[in-house]
Amino acid sequence: MAILITEETRVLVQGMSGRIGQFHTQEMIEAGTNVVAGVTPGKGGTTVLNRPQFDTVREAVEATGADAALLFVPPPFAADAMMEAADAGIKTAVCVTDGLPAQDMMKVKRFLRRYPREKKMRLIGPNCAGIISPGKGFMGIMPPHIYTPGRVGIVGRSGTLGYEAASQMSALGIGVSSSIGIGGDPINGSSFRDILELFENDPETDAVIMIGEIGGPQEAEAAAFVRDHMTKPVAAYVAGLSAPKGRKMGHAGAIISAFGESAQEKVEILQEAGITVAPNPSLMGETVARILSRKQAA
Amino acid sequence: MDIHEHQAKDILAGFGVPVPKGGLAYSPEQAAYRARELGLPCVVKAQIHSGGRGEVGGVKVCKTEAEVRDYAAGLLGKTLVTKQTGANGKVVHRLWVEEATDIAQEIYLGFVLDRKSERIMIVASGHGGMEIEDLAHEDPDSLVRMVIDPAAGLVDFQARELAFRLGLKGKQIGQMMTTLRACYRAYRDMDAMMVEINPLAVTGAGDLVALDAKMSFDTNALFRRPQVAALRDPAQEDAREAMAADNGLAYVGLDGDIGCIINGAGLAMATMDMIKLAGGEPANFLDIGGGASPERVVTAFRTVLSDPNVGVILVNIFAGINRCDWIAKGVVQAYKEVGLTIPVVVRLSGTNVEEGRRIIRDSGLPLISADTLAEAAEEAVKARPQPVAA
Repeated sequence: MAILITEETRVLVQGMSGRIGQFHTQEMIEAGTNVVAGVTPGKGGTTVLNRPQFDTVREAVEATGADAALLFVPPPFAADAMMEAADAGIKTAVCVTDGLPAQDMMKVKRFLRRYPREKKMRLIGPNCAGIISPGKGFMGIMPPHIYTPGRVGIVGRSGTLGYEAASQMSALGIGVSSSIGIGGDPINGSSFRDILELFENDPETDAVIMIGEIGGPQEAEAAAFVRDHMTKPVAAYVAGLSAPKGRKMGHAGAIISAFGESAQEKVEILQEAGITVAPNPSLMGETVARILSRKQAA
Repeated sequence: MDIHEHQAKDILAGFGVPVPKGGLAYSPEQAAYRARELGLPCVVKAQIHSGGRGEVGGVKVCKTEAEVRDYAAGLLGKTLVTKQTGANGKVVHRLWVEEATDIAQEIYLGFVLDRKSERIMIVASGHGGMEIEDLAHEDPDSLVRMVIDPAAGLVDFQARELAFRLGLKGKQIGQMMTTLRACYRAYRDMDAMMVEINPLAVTGAGDLVALDAKMSFDTNALFRRPQVAALRDPAQEDAREAMAADNGLAYVGLDGDIGCIINGAGLAMATMDMIKLAGGEPANFLDIGGGASPERVVTAFRTVLSDPNVGVILVNIFAGINRCDWIAKGVVQAYKEVGLTIPVVVRLSGTNVEEGRRIIRDSGLPLISADTLAEAAEEAVKARPQPVAA
């Protein structure tokens, strides 16, 4: 099963015809992802990588039955592309684009609330590496070969730090059910809590590692969810121990501006909720191994 | 992106916020001229991108023209170090001279992006004048918070309720509603990230007036706000950070001696954490970004090396969208072009890693290779020049 993407997911790519879109779509197809269509306004009727291209998401969905969308759309147009996907009935959209204005995301989140729960699109990102279920398929820009198929879920803001965790786990023989990058922006489509809930309900996931960073309230929300609703063990790491207050560390959202937003404070909040926190980023894999062996012993 | 107080006041006044009369001055003579224009007493305020200027002598009420001239002469060109500037401080290049206001009460008013509700939030207090952090700490009960629905915008009943909750009366209610609507429109229409009026004063005559104003903007939205981009003042920015940004690199200067070149913000923060845990101090945060060419790697080296404190460089790349062979070529090229004399630790992982490691190995350069994150940090701390014993 895994979460959000399997071999069954029918993926369309918004912006497939561009250089970056084509490069990553090629990688996705090679990894077995079921890519069925591309959408670029004005390119309808053409073919890219042997996939039909459409002018609108609605046409692509009607013709191909696509249920997931990956967006390689430049920042000025990305919010519009997300809303178009939501209105065309896409179930899961992943936006890789970095650099969206915060107010555009405010608008997108408000727009998504127009739809009843069962029709509401799940948005991942923006400014994220994407989602992968190793051996089944992926939507995004990650190097698929570093992931071993398995039963541990990964959710994180940062792409490369997620790769780091996956490769540490691979080295210890621990595989991944799905890895979800939620992105580094202050307003994002899905939170840690949203993804933890999916992992909790996924029969193919035994444990989860959550990779947070400084800034924002999402780790604390996730901690409350783990404490109150999760039966599966959760490991965590929070990046930014050495980050000074009030400075933006690369990600638009990685800035300590309020109480509870520093790495130290987040670590305490996570530990209080019963989450096992890796003492340093080179021990993410070992920390996962530890919660797994504890689970077996129980 | 931050702007100056006088720019923020100008913008907010355009949306309808009441502000005192004032004028800019770049010299003591201009300051004296402004004082003559406005009448005495007047307030002379240093224009730097920072709050807390009053506490370090950056604001003064002057009673005579001579006082204005002397104070301005002392302030222009001076570096002010406030709680918000960091140790290097910021240089005063311009002054704002403003008519003095008779203050009966000080109100705090801020508009921020609330990450919990993912909406614009108003934060206000009837006890303004101090920084919001201190206010939240010392007088949390005085804070009133209100979230704005992006579809409806700020609605009148919210503005009215806020005015009453701050204890305002009579004509002040209407003035407060005008001010709130103006700030909200400025925030929304100019893609601000923060609008702060502190204090919003109630004058002796009972009118509201914005005595200080601060705005910062969403850099991601500058493509559609050229009028905001034009307000940028490079003199207030860290030269290295500005140079890095112009080259597509995210760089933040810090106090340590281990220069960092990393891809991805999360991995960069994690590597800095690892350095700290290994007993070292990072000199900077640097995210080289995705799809980095050898040329971009060279630029990253130049940026990091422009900090004279850097004694060793740590390159940590986990290539997804990047390619290890390109990074390796960039490191070798940088070593030769820049004429490196300090040790460099390189850790490569991910796409084309074998090719990347081969390039490093075969280069014949004294590069220190590391396989894991922990090893990279330890090697960097070990390779750092030993401080001379005191």
